[in-house]
Amino acid sequence: MEDDTLSLVLFSGTDDKLGAAAILATGAAAMGRRVNLFLQYWALDAFRADRIRKDHGVSPEAGVEGQEAMRRLAERDGAQHWSDILWQAKDIGEVDIQACALSLELFEITKDDLDPLVDGVQGVAAFMAAATGPVVFI
Amino acid sequence: MAVVHVDRTIDARGMACPGPLMTLIGAIREGAVGEVIEVLSSDEGSRTDIPAWVAKAGHEMVEVVEEDGFARFVVGKAR
Repeated sequence: MEDDTLSLVLFSGTDDKLGAAAILATGAAAMGRRVNLFLQYWALDAFRADRIRKDHGVSPEAGVEGQEAMRRLAERDGAQHWSDILWQAKDIGEVDIQACALSLELFEITKDDLDPLVDGVQGVAAFMAAATGPVVFI
Repeated sequence: MAVVHVDRTIDARGMACPGPLMTLIGAIREGAVGEVIEVLSSDEGSRTDIPAWVAKAGHEMVEVVEEDGFARFVVGKAR
C-alpha cells in the first residue's frame, strides 16, 4: 500500500505559520494519514509550556494589513488557538510531535520545559526514518 | 422534494476552517449507526472538506443544501 504519511518540519515560531501547520496536520489526520511533526528552532521555542499561548506575532511578509487580518481572525467567535487545533488533530488521528534534540540544546531546555502536546525528543535521523512520505518545511 | 429526517443539528456557523469538520467528526463518533447529523457551516472550506471526509470515512453524504450565507451538510453515520 502507498505510504501517505505526512511529515512537517516546523521551523518558524510565528502564530500564522504555526496555525497553518496545525490546520495541515489536522486535515491530514482527518483523512486518515499518519502525521509527524518535528519542532526546530523558533517553532520549538513557541511550544514551551510557559509561552505556548502567548502572542508569537506573524511573519514579516504579513505586513501591517496581514497582521490586522490575523488579529481579526483570532478575535472571531469560535476562533481556536493553533495548540487547540493540534489537540483535536491528535484526538481524531495519529499525530506524533517530536522536539529536535539539537534545538533543545540551543535553548538549553529539556522536554520537561515543553507543552504536553510534545510526545518526545528525536534526532534528525530518527525523524527522517519515520518520514517515509513527503516532508514539508514550514 | 422529500424532507430528510435529521436526528441532530450542529450549528457551526462562524467557525473557521477546519472547525466545522472537527465538530462533525466528534458528533459522528458519539452518535449511533444510522443516525443522521446535520452541520450548518459558513466556512467555504467545508464545501470540499466535509464531502471528502465523509467519503473517506465511509459514511453517507445525504445532501448538501445551499442556504443564504451558509450550507447545510446532512450526513448519515454508516458504520
